[in-house]
Amino acid sequence: MATPRRTPPEPPARLWRNPEPKSRYDVVIVGAGGHGLATAYYLARDHGIRDIAVLERGWLAGGGTVRNTMIIRSDYLLDESTALYDHALGLWEQLPDELEYDFSFSQCGVLNLAHTEQEVRDSRRRAFANQLNGVDTEWLGPEEVAEFCPVLDTSGESRYPVLGATLQRRAGTVEHDHVAWALARKCDEMGVDLVQNCEVTGFRTEGDRVTGVRTGRGPISAGRVGLAAAGRTSPLTDTLGVRLPLQSHPLQALASELLEPVHPCAVMSNHVHVYCSQAHRGELVLGGGIDSYNGYAQRGSVHLVERQLAAAVELFPMFARAHVLRTWAGTVDVTPDASPIIGPTPYGNLFVNCGWGAGGFKATPGAGRVFAHTIATGEPHPLNAPYGLERFTTGALIDEHGATGVAN
Amino acid sequence: MLLIHCPWCGARDEAEFRYGGQAHVDRPPDPNAVDDREWGEYLFVRDNPRGRFSERWVHSAGCRRWFDVVRDTATNEMSAEVPSRSGRR
Repeated sequence: MATPRRTPPEPPARLWRNPEPKSRYDVVIVGAGGHGLATAYYLARDHGIRDIAVLERGWLAGGGTVRNTMIIRSDYLLDESTALYDHALGLWEQLPDELEYDFSFSQCGVLNLAHTEQEVRDSRRRAFANQLNGVDTEWLGPEEVAEFCPVLDTSGESRYPVLGATLQRRAGTVEHDHVAWALARKCDEMGVDLVQNCEVTGFRTEGDRVTGVRTGRGPISAGRVGLAAAGRTSPLTDTLGVRLPLQSHPLQALASELLEPVHPCAVMSNHVHVYCSQAHRGELVLGGGIDSYNGYAQRGSVHLVERQLAAAVELFPMFARAHVLRTWAGTVDVTPDASPIIGPTPYGNLFVNCGWGAGGFKATPGAGRVFAHTIATGEPHPLNAPYGLERFTTGALIDEHGATGVAN
Repeated sequence: MLLIHCPWCGARDEAEFRYGGQAHVDRPPDPNAVDDREWGEYLFVRDNPRGRFSERWVHSAGCRRWFDVVRDTATNEMSAEVPSRSGRR
């Protein structure tokens, strides 16, 4: 029987233009990932700066923005961190309406497991610290964990017994590529030029100011420049002789085939270095720790994948028969205190937003907002004031190795 | 997985090694003579090139000795394995 011929549907309207770069902009943002796009969005929305280019060496949101595991949470230990990440979480809650784009923000809750007595103490301390800061983290005992996430092995007989967990109910996951597209569309509507295939290779300077950037498509002058280039920040700042406390590492993640929805939330375990959630389409999405060595190749070593799968199967015995469909890696820039650097540089009109390590995606709107403030006013926003480069001289570090989860 | 040439044991899987970061980072000979900026730089700042990088590895599951390698961080190509100049940090 012949199938009636149907006209294929019209492709959707383009979400953003693909402009040729102009020769000058008020603000040039380097990197069109989530952070670069969010920065341009808040510059245009809150600071009335519309003459902005976001320059991207590859394609829009082709780096860490779409290589992460989509988890959003704000249950960090220290005051400076909770303030910044919870600001971001509050923005995530507004963004679907504000951007008029449903990017499947699912506040399914994130569990952070404790497997040892010390982890129980540390986790409860973090939950109480969060509560004092107004963040909705609570402590669950093993029975409550079993009830919240029945696919976890909470029998107490397992290799990694679950002694309890912290739970943040407002935490969850979003579809990361849609976030980038939503921000890109709004930026474009406000007149921001998103320029892809335009690699920044260096800067033009005059004294202690940058006057523009050199790109694969010719020089572009700029009043102010903001770097949101994540793992590729160091090669850029090296051209200025500015050494930043960053090390770029591969970070891998993987996904299974599509499965029936069985996993109700996101689960992290610092102790065994794995985290796992189930995407809306049905893949199990898993991540683990960074590869130990510095690397820009966007690929990591397979024994780390093996280790994280071995841990995941101990936590979730029913996933043992799932197949790995694909693995991938991104490049993350890690700082000595596992906290980002957001602020001015020795060049008066050059600003950096980097060093997010494995934790940048969840902060996307918060980082964009405070970075936009920093670029627009020349001064850090109160939320990113503690995150300046000077902390590596003064020693006022924001040591978040415990609550960054697993990766650093 | 990287295949790493230990100068004493030969080619072994990366899983037998631990990474030691940038090679040839010398402690300031007189810590009291440097200011906070220089000391912070010594503590926290390392090179992070995309390309050739001198780095240290230790054969922790083998002979337990340190050595230096020049590796290209974009391609992972390794060359010039030599015993570590500075010994164990």
